[in-house]
Amino acid sequence: MIRRYLGLYVVAVIIAVLPFLIPNGFYLDLAIRMGINAVIVLGLNLLIGFAGQISMGHAGFIGIGAFASAVLPTHFGWHPFVALVAGAVLAGSLAALVARPIFRLKGHYLAMATLGLGIIVNIVLRNEAKYTGGPDGMPVPPFTLFGFAIDSDKHWYWIVSVILMVSVWASINLMNSPFGRALRGLHGSEVAAQVVGVNVTRYKVAIFVMSAVFASLMGSVTAHYVGFVSPSLADFGHSIELITMVVVGGMASVFGSLVGAVLLTALPQALATFEGWETVAFGVILILCMIFMPKGLVPTLAARFGGRRE
Amino acid sequence: MTIGGIALAIGVMSSAIAADPIKVGSVLSVTGPAAFLGDPELKTLQMYVDDLNNQGGLLGRPLQLVHYDDGSDANKANAFAKRLIEDDKVDFIVGGTTTGSTMSMVPLIEKAGVPFMSLAGAVVVVEPVKKWVFKASTTDRIAAERVLTDMKKHGITKIALLSDTAGFGQSGKAQTELVVAKYGITLVANETYGPKDTDASPQLTKIRNTPGVEAIFVFGFGQGPAIVTKNIKQLGITLPVYHAHGVGSEEFIKLAGPAAEGVRALAPALMIADKLPNSDPQKPVVSAYVKAFEGRWKEHVSMFGGQAHDNFFIVVDAVKRAGTVDKEKVRDQIEATKKYIGTGGEVNMTAADHMGLDMWSLRMLEVKNGAWVEAQ
Repeated sequence: MIRRYLGLYVVAVIIAVLPFLIPNGFYLDLAIRMGINAVIVLGLNLLIGFAGQISMGHAGFIGIGAFASAVLPTHFGWHPFVALVAGAVLAGSLAALVARPIFRLKGHYLAMATLGLGIIVNIVLRNEAKYTGGPDGMPVPPFTLFGFAIDSDKHWYWIVSVILMVSVWASINLMNSPFGRALRGLHGSEVAAQVVGVNVTRYKVAIFVMSAVFASLMGSVTAHYVGFVSPSLADFGHSIELITMVVVGGMASVFGSLVGAVLLTALPQALATFEGWETVAFGVILILCMIFMPKGLVPTLAARFGGRRE
Repeated sequence: MTIGGIALAIGVMSSAIAADPIKVGSVLSVTGPAAFLGDPELKTLQMYVDDLNNQGGLLGRPLQLVHYDDGSDANKANAFAKRLIEDDKVDFIVGGTTTGSTMSMVPLIEKAGVPFMSLAGAVVVVEPVKKWVFKASTTDRIAAERVLTDMKKHGITKIALLSDTAGFGQSGKAQTELVVAKYGITLVANETYGPKDTDASPQLTKIRNTPGVEAIFVFGFGQGPAIVTKNIKQLGITLPVYHAHGVGSEEFIKLAGPAAEGVRALAPALMIADKLPNSDPQKPVVSAYVKAFEGRWKEHVSMFGGQAHDNFFIVVDAVKRAGTVDKEKVRDQIEATKKYIGTGGEVNMTAADHMGLDMWSLRMLEVKNGAWVEAQ
């Protein structure tokens, strides 16, 4: 029991100590963005790493959440919290609706279908300029809860931290539950899973909906935290970025998701001073990672040092 | 001894302050789809920061340009703005190439209180007025009003609007629809085309078949307007054609060929620098900019680089007048900018107007014998 949560305790300690170590608000901002990405990547890793399905349009769900939190309070006067829930419900329903036909596909075809889904969301956001502000985006009112506006970075740090901790805890438990074992089973072999009585379609749909809801919720958090949304949140490049985080951190690894999100959020900032060479450096680092650590950082390192399976 | 020590300490401190660079922050879209805007903007800033440093800096302090490339992604611009404000602690910010990037930076800038000169196009940047946000570059509203004024002068009352579906055309369309009635003009046809379309004949055929159209107003950018101009000629439409401020370059005439003859378009004085009469108040600044830019980078100037020039020097002048980089004082001085002559026109800021340009800052050009000249 203690071993199962060891990583969680480590994360908790890091989160608790971090605010006292960072020199200024920029690093706090970076930490918040890392946390937001970590939760999204965690959800995506459940789908890609554990269940073995791919979603190339995941940023579309982030876009749905973000724009629900921007459009509903601004144009229709909804309470931000209600808007956040509505976004999650919308993203979840959309995922459930398209999941059945989409998950009849496999491999490249599945990748294409999810890619299309993300692009459609992006096009809608770009073209409904009357509500979404079009390609230029729109501002988002601050998040209020019980009459208090949450607008300081410190508040957001703790909120994102709590969401992250809960997500990590839930993911660990999920993967060790019958549901998680069924998912891993269908990753290994769908036929075998079916033979032992796993309802493959139902499980695939469930995990897809769950990771879409994760993405939508964090889209809403991003929108309120940043105070501005633009359709680039939902574009193809962002989806790829998230998948890269999953792969670099380590497929099917809860803490791999965190490491991937932290590293790839920090890397562009670290390379920003290279003036024009940042994309080259970024590419080289990714290629080296994939050549020397094809399973991702955390699983590779875990296998080398002690072989502990997390 | 104590007094001597304090005096020494003060002496050391003030010399340290004197050597401290003034930090110019900048987030521009140097890569990605908006790179054709961001690239000349960055080159302009680099050039003038170097220039000022060679002339002894600003207020006796050297300037340091801290620049990040947002890759044309508004969300990245937001993160970099945070970095400029919190980590680099810049004294003022020039940039935000696109409207999206600018608007994503605005909440942070308003909260932190840093003088901010945006290089973006849309009117939302300065309307409603935001305390710390300025933009001395032309807007789509001005472009629309300038074209409509010219149409009114020629007695045109019924027009067809053809705009692209990208941000530039859509924002321009919205602004045109907003002000058109003020000039007693009605939109009898209102069509759009995709910025990557290779043919706009269907839309133009519809416009040709609409009764009563007296002129065509094209709101677009890049190669689209050139294709539209060609199609107009091919369809034998002889109505006057007006373009907004996205086409006033040699490139357009090359692309549209003979069809460009007689077409009218808006552009800042910068685009006709060599044809401006010596009496023109913008002549000196425009010629100097063209000479400096083309000398250093060996490429043609664009209105976007020119906007970077104007916005940069408005803050530089404000800092000089304030005699300090105190943010509140610099902001007040930017707002007090009067009769600043830039490449984009004369800038007069007020508390209610953080753009400061009027519609006459855009020149109405006309293609005559294969070259842009100012329309009479």
